[in-house]
Amino acid sequence: MAQKIDIDQVRKVANLSRLDLSSEQLTEFAGQLSSILEYVEKMNELDTDGVEPLAHCLEVSNCFREDIAKESLGTDKTLSNAPEQDGQFFIVPKILDESNAS
Amino acid sequence: MSSVECKVVIGLEIHVQLLTKTKMFCGCALEFAGEPNSRVCPVCLGLPGSLPVMNRKAFELSVMAGLALNCKIANFTKWDRKSYYYPDLPKNYQISQYDLPFSEHGFIEIPVNSGDAKRIRITRAHLEEDAGKNVHTAGNFSQVDLNRAGTPLLEIVTEPDMNSGSEVRALAIELQRIVQYLGVSEASMQKGQMRFEPNVNLHIIKDGKEYKTPITEVKNLNSFRALEESVNYEHSRQLEEFLATGKTMEMGNKSTRGWDADRGVTVLQREKEEAHDYRYFPDPDLLPVKLTDEWIEDMRSKLCELPLQKQFRYVKEFKLSEYDAGVLTAERAVAELFEGAVEQGGEPKRVCNIISQAGLKLANEAGRSMAELNIDAEGVAAIAKMVEANEINAGAAGAILAEMTKTDKSAKAIAEELNLIQKSDASELEGLVDAVIAENPQAVDDVKSGGKKSKAARGFLMGKVMQKAKGQANPKIVSQILAKKFG
Repeated sequence: MAQKIDIDQVRKVANLSRLDLSSEQLTEFAGQLSSILEYVEKMNELDTDGVEPLAHCLEVSNCFREDIAKESLGTDKTLSNAPEQDGQFFIVPKILDESNAS
Repeated sequence: MSSVECKVVIGLEIHVQLLTKTKMFCGCALEFAGEPNSRVCPVCLGLPGSLPVMNRKAFELSVMAGLALNCKIANFTKWDRKSYYYPDLPKNYQISQYDLPFSEHGFIEIPVNSGDAKRIRITRAHLEEDAGKNVHTAGNFSQVDLNRAGTPLLEIVTEPDMNSGSEVRALAIELQRIVQYLGVSEASMQKGQMRFEPNVNLHIIKDGKEYKTPITEVKNLNSFRALEESVNYEHSRQLEEFLATGKTMEMGNKSTRGWDADRGVTVLQREKEEAHDYRYFPDPDLLPVKLTDEWIEDMRSKLCELPLQKQFRYVKEFKLSEYDAGVLTAERAVAELFEGAVEQGGEPKRVCNIISQAGLKLANEAGRSMAELNIDAEGVAAIAKMVEANEINAGAAGAILAEMTKTDKSAKAIAEELNLIQKSDASELEGLVDAVIAENPQAVDDVKSGGKKSKAARGFLMGKVMQKAKGQANPKIVSQILAKKFG
């Protein structure tokens, strides 16, 4: 039986998530993802005609907070877990192509 | 030579930063500038286990904007995750609204030549959070500041209903006025609180056949000028490209371009091979919002008369020029000062002159808005009435207004203190006129002899009288007295 997800699709999704997968991993994940999809597909057996799409699993809405400022972490704490930082900024590999931003 | 007709077609995406004290989903304060990465918390950092909670104010401001843009407000709206990976986006997704935005199908009216309005349809307006800021360095790395991450943004998308750079500019200005009037946004260009992305293409009729050029999107424009110029540039660039290559929408992909303000050109950033694969799905961390009709009506009640309506009303009701009406309605505080002064009996044109000339000049000099000057409608009305009654001359109005910004004294008290009250007492002025006549026989002869010299001589005598009165004589009465003397 053909797999639900082929290697090219896994490669594409990995690329979108900036993951560098080896060819073994691509094959492995294509198999795993396919079996997950097959399993979830069982839900298609349910008749959902005339059922409103569910936006959230909780029957609750309108949860707001007031527009009141709370203390932030401050620069030192904010940067404390960063792999690389200069005391002011997070340091990341040079961004060459700004147009990738949304 | 073949005939070519060309129409430019433009739709606009606009991001407007909402005027809240805190971010959209956490309590970090929103301030312009400040130490990098100082206003950041686990929520806007996207740390595991942190949960976003919607800012009520941000939501209500957006709904007000949606109502002002004549949109249909949804009774049910929700939040979605838009996934993309970029250093300024800590969660690797942006919280946005995809298939159920809170508002759709509206319109905005923009002023076009000679007092007409053109209606531009609004496709939708939705809420989303801003990303952080990348700082590019000379070194082999980039810096990221997340202070801006999580700032509430209203994204407004129009239909492609605009047909020139100036229409696009007019829409941008109109939208800025509206959100400022409503207190929805400060909408400061300098602070990057309003950003534009026009989508531009051409509809060309060549030899009776219609062609459409590939759409280009110009990214991240943050001034009215850049917006208008980039659209005009695209207009001519696309026409040239079409005439050279014949490339149409069907053959070319949509592309993204950036604006190079120094060179005045757009630069290709990327061809969109396919739509971005954002993999939207409902955000399970955020609950949907149900809007009751009462809530919507409550927000509708907080709206005010919109600037363009005001502008047109000023022309009609007060017989002001288009230009004056535009100046007065540019800022809500100025419009309210004007209306207040007129309500208190100020003659509209006179009040307009005092505000638009003296008032805005003072504000400019002080580097502040009119609202920040210590000027109230009562004071402006009082000055206008004094000018109308010839108690002061028009020039004195500015001096009194300037003084008003410094003290709480009445217009009249200031006028007296500054010796600006004009002498209108005819008998007192007649004495001055007589003295001047006695001292200047030559000029008197010239006046009496008529002819060319007569008018100049009369002006000379008038000046002498004003001099004697230290500039405080009512020129109208002096001229009446002179007329009486010489017949």
